[in-house]
Amino acid sequence: MSTADQSLGLADRAGARSARLRPAHHQSSRAARTRRKWYEIIGLTTPAIIVYTMFVLVPMGFALYYSLYRWRGNGPPTEFVGWRNYLLAFDDPIFVDALQNNLTIVFGSLLIQGPVALGVALLLNRRFRGRAFFRLLVFVPYVLAEVTVGIMWRLILMRDGSADTLLQSLGMGGLVQGWLSDLPLIIWTLLFILTWKYVGFAIILFLAGLSNVPDELTEAAAIDGASWWQIQRHITIPLLGPTIRIWMFLSMIGSLQVFDVIWVVAAPSVRSLGSANTMATYMVDNGFFARLWGYGNAVAVILFVISFVAALVFQRFVLRRDIQGALTGRVS
Amino acid sequence: MARSRRVRAAMALMATSILVLPAACSSEEPTSEAGLYKNPVTLTWWHNAAEEGPGKVFWQKVADDFKKLHPTVTIQIEAIETNQLQRTRIPAALLSNDPPDIFQAWGGGEIVDQVKADYLKDVTEQTKAEVASIGSASAIWAVDGKQYGLPFRMGIEGFWYNKKMFADAGITAPPKTMDELKQAVTKLKGANVIPISVGAGDKWPAAHYWYNFALRACSIDTLKGATKDLKFDDACFVKAGTDLKDFIGIQPFQPNFIATVSQQGAGSSAGLVATGKAAMELMGDWNFGVMQNLAGAQWATMKPNIGWFAFPAITGPGDPKAALGGGDGFACSKKAPAECVEFLKYIASPEVQKAYAAVGVGLPVAKGAGDGVSEPVLKSILEATNSASYVQLWLDTAYGSTVGTAMNDGVIAIFAGTGTPQKVVGDMKSAAKK
Repeated sequence: MSTADQSLGLADRAGARSARLRPAHHQSSRAARTRRKWYEIIGLTTPAIIVYTMFVLVPMGFALYYSLYRWRGNGPPTEFVGWRNYLLAFDDPIFVDALQNNLTIVFGSLLIQGPVALGVALLLNRRFRGRAFFRLLVFVPYVLAEVTVGIMWRLILMRDGSADTLLQSLGMGGLVQGWLSDLPLIIWTLLFILTWKYVGFAIILFLAGLSNVPDELTEAAAIDGASWWQIQRHITIPLLGPTIRIWMFLSMIGSLQVFDVIWVVAAPSVRSLGSANTMATYMVDNGFFARLWGYGNAVAVILFVISFVAALVFQRFVLRRDIQGALTGRVS
Repeated sequence: MARSRRVRAAMALMATSILVLPAACSSEEPTSEAGLYKNPVTLTWWHNAAEEGPGKVFWQKVADDFKKLHPTVTIQIEAIETNQLQRTRIPAALLSNDPPDIFQAWGGGEIVDQVKADYLKDVTEQTKAEVASIGSASAIWAVDGKQYGLPFRMGIEGFWYNKKMFADAGITAPPKTMDELKQAVTKLKGANVIPISVGAGDKWPAAHYWYNFALRACSIDTLKGATKDLKFDDACFVKAGTDLKDFIGIQPFQPNFIATVSQQGAGSSAGLVATGKAAMELMGDWNFGVMQNLAGAQWATMKPNIGWFAFPAITGPGDPKAALGGGDGFACSKKAPAECVEFLKYIASPEVQKAYAAVGVGLPVAKGAGDGVSEPVLKSILEATNSASYVQLWLDTAYGSTVGTAMNDGVIAIFAGTGTPQKVVGDMKSAAKK
C-alpha cells in the first residue's frame, strides 16, 4: 500500500516537472503528461506488484485452495471436502484454547506493555546522566533473537533453575512454582516473557513520538504554572496519541500471530494440552507434525482472516484520523 | 529502489534455479541393471545425523568408501535435523519433481503412505539377501510383501536403571512383573530418590508407556490388525489407558514431569538418570549415547552403574516376550538410478553394519554385525531384541503421523490428569478420518 502511494507521489512530481519544461502546446502536452504519468506508475509499481503477487497473494490463494481438501501431503490433493476443515477446527477444544490464549496475549500485551512503556518512555525523555545508556538497555531484549530469548527463559524458569534459586535465597521459597509445568500458570509465564521481550519496542516508539512533541508547548504550559504531571497528562500524552495507536496496532497483530517464543519455551506436551498454544503453534503442530496439510492450511486461513479483520476494524475505527486518506480517499 | 533490487535478486534466483533444474533432473534418469556403474551418476543422500559427531562422520566415510569401490558414483550428502527432515523437507521434496535419491525412512505408516503415492522404488528383487540377513525387522520397510527400504539400526526399549540406587533401596533383582515394578517404586521412594524419570514434555516418551501397556493388553493379531485398518475397536486399547492410569496413580515420576523434556540438559529425563538423580527411565537403545553426552565427566563413574531390563510382564493376552521397538532405515525414491539400490544394499552389508555397531550410536540389524557391539549393556539389548518373539514398531510410527499424534496427545492428557482411556481411543479413531 505504502509503496504504491509513494510511487504515485513520485509520478505526480515528475509529471509536474516535465510540464513546466514544456509550456507550449497545451493540449498535447497534457496528454503526454498523463501518458508519461501512467508509464511511470506502471514502471515503478510493477516490480513491487510482481513480488507481492508471487510471494503473498499466490501462496494465500494456494492456502485457501488446499484448505478445502482432506490432504496429507502424499501426492496432489484430490479429496475435496469443502468447509469441513474449518468446522473441524472450531470443533476442536484445543484450537479454541489456542484462540483464547491469543486473546489473552493481545489484551495482556496492550494492558501491561502500554502503561509500563509509557511510564518508562516519559522517564527516559527527561534529561539525566546516562540517559543514552538506559535507552539502549531497555531495547536490548527486543534486539535478541526470539529463539535465544526462549531458550534463556526456559533455562531460568525450569525446575530448580535460577528463578527458583533466587526466590529461595531471598527467603521467598513459598513462591516457587512450576512456571512452565503448572498448566493454568503457563500462559501467564509466557505473557511475562513476551512483555519482557517486546516492551522495549513500545518504549522506543514512544520515545520517538515524544521527540516530536514541541518543546514550546510544554514550556508554555510550565510558564502557566502546570506541574510536570499536568504537562504529561494534558499535553504530552494526547500528542503521543498517534504513536500509541500505531503501537497498539502492531502489538495486536504481533500477538495474534505470535509463534517463536511460545514454540521454544513451552514443551510440546503443554502445547497439545491447550495450556500454552497459539493459533500459529497449533497450525504447525497439526499441519506438519500430525501431517494434516489440508487442515493446517485451513487453520492458516482462519489465522489470516482473524488478523485481517482485526486490522481492518482497528484501522477503520481507531486509526481513522492518523491515516486519513491513505485508505479511503485520493492521495492528492 | 530497494524493492526493485529485491526483484532483480529474485529473478536472478529464479533464473539460476531454472538453469539448475534440468541438470539436477538428468541424474535421475533410471539406469538399467546392465548399465550399472557404466555412466557417472550423482546420488543425493539425505540423512538425519545433522549434529557434528561420530554418526555424521561415519556416514561421510560410508559415502567415501562407496565412491572408492565405484568411482562412477558421486554421493552428495545433506544432513538435516530429524523433525525438519521428516516433517517438512522429505514430504515437500517428494511432492516436487526433484526428490533426493536416497533418504531416511521411518517405516511403518509413513512408508505405507509414500508407497500409495508412488514415491518409492520397489527393491524386493535386488535386496533378497539383505532382507534374509536382517530378518523380521525389515518388514517395517515393506508394504504388501514388497520391500521399499532397508533398516540400518534397530532396537527394543526397556528400563534403563541405576544398579547402585536399586541396591541401596534394597531391590535385589530387576522387576519382572508389573507388581514387582510397583514395589520397586515404593522402595525407591522410601530411599528418597526419584523412582522413574519421564520426558513427558516431548509427549512420545510418556506415550511409550501406553504403547507398552497396549502391547501387554492386546494380542499380537489385534496389534497387527490395528496397524492395517486403524480401527482400534478392541477393548484392549482402552485397557492400556486404564493400566496406565493405575500406574500413574502410584506417582512414580519426578515432580513437574509434564513439561520435562527427554534429552536436553541435566534436568531432562535422561539427564536425571545420567546424573544419578532418578533411578529408572523407559527409553530406547539410543539412551546410552544420550546419557553419555549429558553426564559429561561424570560418565566414567556412572557407566558401571547403568543397567537395562525389559518392560515387565502383565497378565493378559499379550505375549510377555513381545517387545516394543523401532529403527531407522533408508529408501530410494522412484526415479533414483539403479546405483541407489546398490548403495542401499551396501549400507546394510555386514561390513558396514559391523563398523556402524562399533561407532556406538545405534544397534546394527545385519546378522553377525552384533560382534561390533562392545558395551555389555548394549549387548544385552541386542540379545533381547534378537530373542523377542515379536517386535512391535513404535505405535505412533506404525499408525502414521496423524493417528500417532492424536494418540500421543491423548496419552499426555492422561498424564496431565485431564484425559481418559476412552478419549485416547476416540481421538485416534476420529484422527484416522481427519
